[in-house]
Amino acid sequence: MGVRNNVTVFLNFAKEGFDKAVLVGKLFCCVHVVNTYFCSVVLAYGPSMLPTISTGSSLLLAERVSHRFNKVGPGDIVILRSPEVPRKVVTKRVIGLEGDRVTYVVDPNNSDKSDTVVVPKGHIWIEGDNIYNSYDSRNFGAVPFGLLQGKVFWRIWPPKDFGSLRRRAE
Amino acid sequence: MATGKFLWSFTKKFFTFGIVGLTISDRYASVIPVRGSSMSPTFNPRTNSSSSSLFSDDWVLVEKFCLTKYKFSHGDVVVFSSPYNHKEKLIKRITGLPSEWIATRNFDVVKIPNGHCWVEGDDPSLSMDSRSFGPVPLGLVLGRVTHVVWPPQRIAFSETAFFDWVAMLYIIEKHNRSFDTVKIL
Repeated sequence: MGVRNNVTVFLNFAKEGFDKAVLVGKLFCCVHVVNTYFCSVVLAYGPSMLPTISTGSSLLLAERVSHRFNKVGPGDIVILRSPEVPRKVVTKRVIGLEGDRVTYVVDPNNSDKSDTVVVPKGHIWIEGDNIYNSYDSRNFGAVPFGLLQGKVFWRIWPPKDFGSLRRRAE
Repeated sequence: MATGKFLWSFTKKFFTFGIVGLTISDRYASVIPVRGSSMSPTFNPRTNSSSSSLFSDDWVLVEKFCLTKYKFSHGDVVVFSSPYNHKEKLIKRITGLPSEWIATRNFDVVKIPNGHCWVEGDDPSLSMDSRSFGPVPLGLVLGRVTHVVWPPQRIAFSETAFFDWVAMLYIIEKHNRSFDTVKIL
């Protein structure tokens, strides 16, 4: 009798544990789907977007919808996989879409020499707002549209800058 | 009332299944069909089949674990979105990795930039690959093809390691027969 009781207790215990594990798994899946297909929090740091996003780390909200429907235009702040270091995600501003003519200053620290290029098909031209200290399309050229990961639309940290980021520096 | 309850539980199951499936296909592995014959000896080997339907195409297993580190080696077959049309997915074989020199068709030698790779199809005459659009950023890679899962008579590893293994077994077998030894693992 005692053995049987123990077995029932153990079975109940195991069942409960299994149910909890399934619940955690489902929660993880929900978080993944929301994070990949709707909206995610990004941590941005570094000087390349300086007037818009400060040097210290700031938390931004990025929506993951519009780049799937080609709804990205010049002036949008986007997050994208760096073409040179694929594990890194960088924050830049879109300057030109495919077919646009983009004029940029080649080396703003030393000279005023500027250059004009036409962005190839399926590519976008991205630049940091701080052209003096940014590693962007002026160094590695236009990047494929497929590298885009999302569009930044809201800043949540630091709290004094809480608010929309859309078209602020235009 | 009973139908409402049934409908509710059905939608709940449906959505749970969808979300779990989406997560698995995004993070771990998915199965996709191979269209076209640019990888001809490896996938879709019949060149004369004009009827490219869902049933005559090869279906392959794509694993996504490689996306955490982006470490690839020569000979990996990868799925990536085309640099000129991000909606289009291509399957090609990596033949060059960052900071290597590659000789192209018109006798140029190019150096592959950091974070890029050189991809080529197995059938050079039919393939639209790095020989036409240059190095591809590794960030565009969506997964690595490991197995053919359909049609059943073609289920195999995409790497040649499997065939080497089969050949080795065959040699061991022959060896056993001729020398009458059984002490081989």
